[in-house]
Amino acid sequence: MIRARTVGWLGLAALTLGFGFLYAPIVLLVLYSFNASRLVTVWGGFSPRWYGALLHNEAFGAAALTSLEVAAMSATLSLVLGAFAGFSMARFARFPGRLVFGFALLAPLVVPEVILGLSLLLLFVMCQNWFGWPGRGMLTITIAHATFGVCFVSVLVRSQLAGFDRALEEAALDLGARPWTVLMRITLPGISPALVSGWLLAFTLSLDDLVIASFVTGPSATTLPMAVFSRVRLGVSPEVNALATLFLAFVFMLVALAGWLMARAERRRRIT
Amino acid sequence: MTGLGRIGRLMLIGVPFVWLTLFFLLPLLIVVKISLAESSIGIPPYTPLFATDGGGLKLHATLANFALIAGDDLYLRAYLGSLGNAALTTAFCLVIGYPVAHAIARSQGARRQLLLFLVVLPFWTSFLIRVYAWIAILEPNGLLNQSLMALGLIAAPLPLLNNQFSVQLGLVYSYLPFMILPLYGSLSGLDQSLVEAAADLGARPLRIFLGVILPLTLPGIAAGSLLVLIPAIGEFVIPDLLGGPDTLMIGKVLWDEFFNNRDWPVAAAVAVVLVAALAIPVLAAQRFLEREHAA
Repeated sequence: MIRARTVGWLGLAALTLGFGFLYAPIVLLVLYSFNASRLVTVWGGFSPRWYGALLHNEAFGAAALTSLEVAAMSATLSLVLGAFAGFSMARFARFPGRLVFGFALLAPLVVPEVILGLSLLLLFVMCQNWFGWPGRGMLTITIAHATFGVCFVSVLVRSQLAGFDRALEEAALDLGARPWTVLMRITLPGISPALVSGWLLAFTLSLDDLVIASFVTGPSATTLPMAVFSRVRLGVSPEVNALATLFLAFVFMLVALAGWLMARAERRRRIT
Repeated sequence: MTGLGRIGRLMLIGVPFVWLTLFFLLPLLIVVKISLAESSIGIPPYTPLFATDGGGLKLHATLANFALIAGDDLYLRAYLGSLGNAALTTAFCLVIGYPVAHAIARSQGARRQLLLFLVVLPFWTSFLIRVYAWIAILEPNGLLNQSLMALGLIAAPLPLLNNQFSVQLGLVYSYLPFMILPLYGSLSGLDQSLVEAAADLGARPLRIFLGVILPLTLPGIAAGSLLVLIPAIGEFVIPDLLGGPDTLMIGKVLWDEFFNNRDWPVAAAVAVVLVAALAIPVLAAQRFLEREHAA
């Protein structure tokens, strides 16, 4: 009996239940963001009023700006450091401290956020005591986010380099290209999908982080997740529903853009 | 590339290495150091480990924080609670995720791509918001209770929020994609001719699953379990938002110790023990994966 590779009705049931479970809460949240009623669980008709209320919520607005700024800076920092680190791990088979380096690149992915946050805060407090620097606020959050962002970017860059055909680089070198030219014209374009998705991943992880930012921030900086968290601790809020919907739409566009860019890069690679 | 030269190479390795040493390895050592200090009123709220005591340098280390953790059964129960919740979450994710991953692996072409995209999409959305979305559903007068009451299935609202049930649900919900992806990886790489051979030889579907498919996808099961188990143990947001007074998880205990009690040394000691507790499953999994590679 040879069965074709099809999804039987059991498979369909699994898909329906599984994805229903994953997406039902999100769909409900988006629906109720358009609810006219203040009571979150009573449907009072369609209304965009909470989006209007959101526009006038200055606390959320300021926090969103802080979050975007921190995310952009930490993602860029992660990109540079992570590309360096991923390149080192993929290309240099032997150097002193490689084992420790590899450990430090993977461990932050496993260590709980509460511990990363606590440990960095203790470092910053100690530095503050000794050098009177760096204070606590956007700078410390950026440093903290860049530290775990580096790990994600390096993993992506490393695995992309592992599948990269080195003969291309060698050919370019043999034909007289300078190492710098080879790096800029062959290697970097070759790993650009990893760089793009790495930056985006670091950016969204930073935008999403509550725990680490709560530890390392000071009174001067509140990120969006921190503002949302202090609000939802008091219960469901229609403004948060509206904010969440906007955030989902934003993320969806970013992911779609990334997918499109990568698909385009893939097509170009196939043509050339 | 040999043409990069010594300085280029030094920079490529050195810059991220220094960064991680400063902002990851060094802070972990500081946590250990402060876990040995005493709590005090001041800024920072702990005693220095080394003090100049009439000229000579003196070490002021105490194991009192660890004694406190060992003595008060709150901490032990929180550790066990975290481990238990995380283990149960792993089991649920496996049971729910396996059929889903299997169905995705058997889908074709564009549909498979779409389903995979739908599994990955939650990674990119806010974790906090996905947990928060459950509050409106589970509240005493929330959507689920209202629906059940409208259908006449229950007379009074069920207590669905702020208890063990809601924490477990939130954990499974949040970590399910982490289980599906590695399972999918294993299942899509499965050699289908082995399944067909077993069927040709007369094995029944259950026997094929237990004897062929399950053993061959063990690496995916191990990887997925690890990706769920490890972060679930240290989870803070879910027990805080969905949990109740009976929810004890170590991530939340650490947070409360730090932000509410402002006892930094005890929080640091909890962190040290948590890292030690996490090292056991991580090392066990690493050994398992290495054996799989060798085999």
